[in-house]
Amino acid sequence: MSSSMIIGQYIPADSVIHRLDPRSKIAIIFFYVVIVFFANSAMSYGVLALFAVGSAFLSQVPFRYILKGLKPVWFLILFTFLLHLFVTREGDVAFSIFGWDVYKEGLVQGGAISLRFFLLILVTSLLTLTTTPIEITDAIEELLGPLKKVKFPVHELALMMSISLRFIPTLMQETEKISKAQASRGVDFRTGAFKDRVKAVVPLLVPLFVSAFKRAEELAMAMEARGYQGGEGRTKLRELQITKIDVYLYIVFVLLVMALFMTRN
Amino acid sequence: MEERQVEFRNVSFRYQEDMPWVLKNVNFTIGPDEWVAIIGHNGSGKSTIAKLMNGLLFPQEGEVYVGGTKVNADTVWDVRKQVGMVFQNPDNQFVGTTVRDDVAFGMENHGMPRDLMVNRIQQSLKAVRMEKFERHEPHRLSGGQKQRIAIAGVLAVSPEFIILDEATAMLDPKGRKEIMQTVSDVQQERDLSLITITHDLQEVTMASRVIVMNGGEIWMEGSPRDVFSKKDHLTEIGLDTPFVSKMADHLKKEGVRLSREPLNHQELLEDLCISRSTM
Repeated sequence: MSSSMIIGQYIPADSVIHRLDPRSKIAIIFFYVVIVFFANSAMSYGVLALFAVGSAFLSQVPFRYILKGLKPVWFLILFTFLLHLFVTREGDVAFSIFGWDVYKEGLVQGGAISLRFFLLILVTSLLTLTTTPIEITDAIEELLGPLKKVKFPVHELALMMSISLRFIPTLMQETEKISKAQASRGVDFRTGAFKDRVKAVVPLLVPLFVSAFKRAEELAMAMEARGYQGGEGRTKLRELQITKIDVYLYIVFVLLVMALFMTRN
Repeated sequence: MEERQVEFRNVSFRYQEDMPWVLKNVNFTIGPDEWVAIIGHNGSGKSTIAKLMNGLLFPQEGEVYVGGTKVNADTVWDVRKQVGMVFQNPDNQFVGTTVRDDVAFGMENHGMPRDLMVNRIQQSLKAVRMEKFERHEPHRLSGGQKQRIAIAGVLAVSPEFIILDEATAMLDPKGRKEIMQTVSDVQQERDLSLITITHDLQEVTMASRVIVMNGGEIWMEGSPRDVFSKKDHLTEIGLDTPFVSKMADHLKKEGVRLSREPLNHQELLEDLCISRSTM
């Protein structure tokens, strides 16, 4: 069980997208999310889609994993599409179902909004698919760096994130152990009414929390014994580096922005 | 004063004002390249000694000196560079998300330059024979392997003292053996003093000196052979003696003459062979 456990959705590969600096990825995705809302013509959407699909293709992530990422939001995409379809009352009537007129404008708007959603989710899930959680943590620490000036605990936040990542598998193993131990004492987690099953979680959570607190205390002691004294004067083993690929990405992105504004109405 | 030694001078400690003393007027010195085992039953103050040595606790009375400097709030960060500590629970002292990150943790704390860190990671992983596991996550390692990584993390900072605070207590016999092998190899390779706090009698026999704690005081001090030959004293305070040692006692009662207190099976066997050939 433990060797196959992968935290998050990361799919290991050695693609161009994987090798990008996580800071670049996060920054570009942020700006991409912004510019998606500037698109207003078929061509401009086409340009944006080309970028997103192109990146997905370059990432070498199997298509089914990308689809998996879209799964929880299919419903939302469909819902917004239908909402726009039926609520918009502008332009010519395209057709009518059950006596309800559907307007052309509704079709266009519904399609556009859904496409926007799709693109946003595609690029953001590409981030988590091609970047390890620890890389994301490092990138966040670096990107939030300027906030240190206003006393925002950036280092502590990043450390908390990385320790949480470190202890997820440990606590999962522990949960399994406790649930087996409680099951052997007669706690039933699987059958019974919903209310009973919720109640059965209590004897699972209490020991888990107790042990998590004990772990936290011991970990703090071990960290202190190893000379941990906050972010001040600390060096880092993991270094993020902007490479040539990142520069190419920036160039491609600038071209994208230019193309977008040229194809807008 | 002699450099590279840990010295306790009239140290007394209690956790709170109205609590009983955990340590009472303790005095001892641990010199360079020594291997000292501290034993005693639960609550005898042995873990407190470890925590006093690297400034996790400060004594109420008396002084602790490490490498000639007194341990206090100002010197504590230097002291922690000199005194490395390995704790009991393999999981709860693994900070990094991978082996490499964990070994680097102590060095990062002490602000070492990155090039040096990369070098030291290699060296210290080699010293504990875990160099193939550099990129592994902790949940893919056994308890013994995690403890070896903890030792590597301590070695990377190149301390002068390593304290093992019941570091093998949660391991299976195989893991225990691995750790003790690693530790004794490391001690021979580098100039290190080792302090093992333990219940495991096999570990005690490997030490060069044993300090027996009881009720916050030093009850007995001497070589493992001396200590185990005074079995009555040990059983008096609720401590066990190794099987070989008990065996030797029974043999003596049966009239077999042994030249010395045996520490392991090998020694007992040799002794028996000698006494048989002279019979």
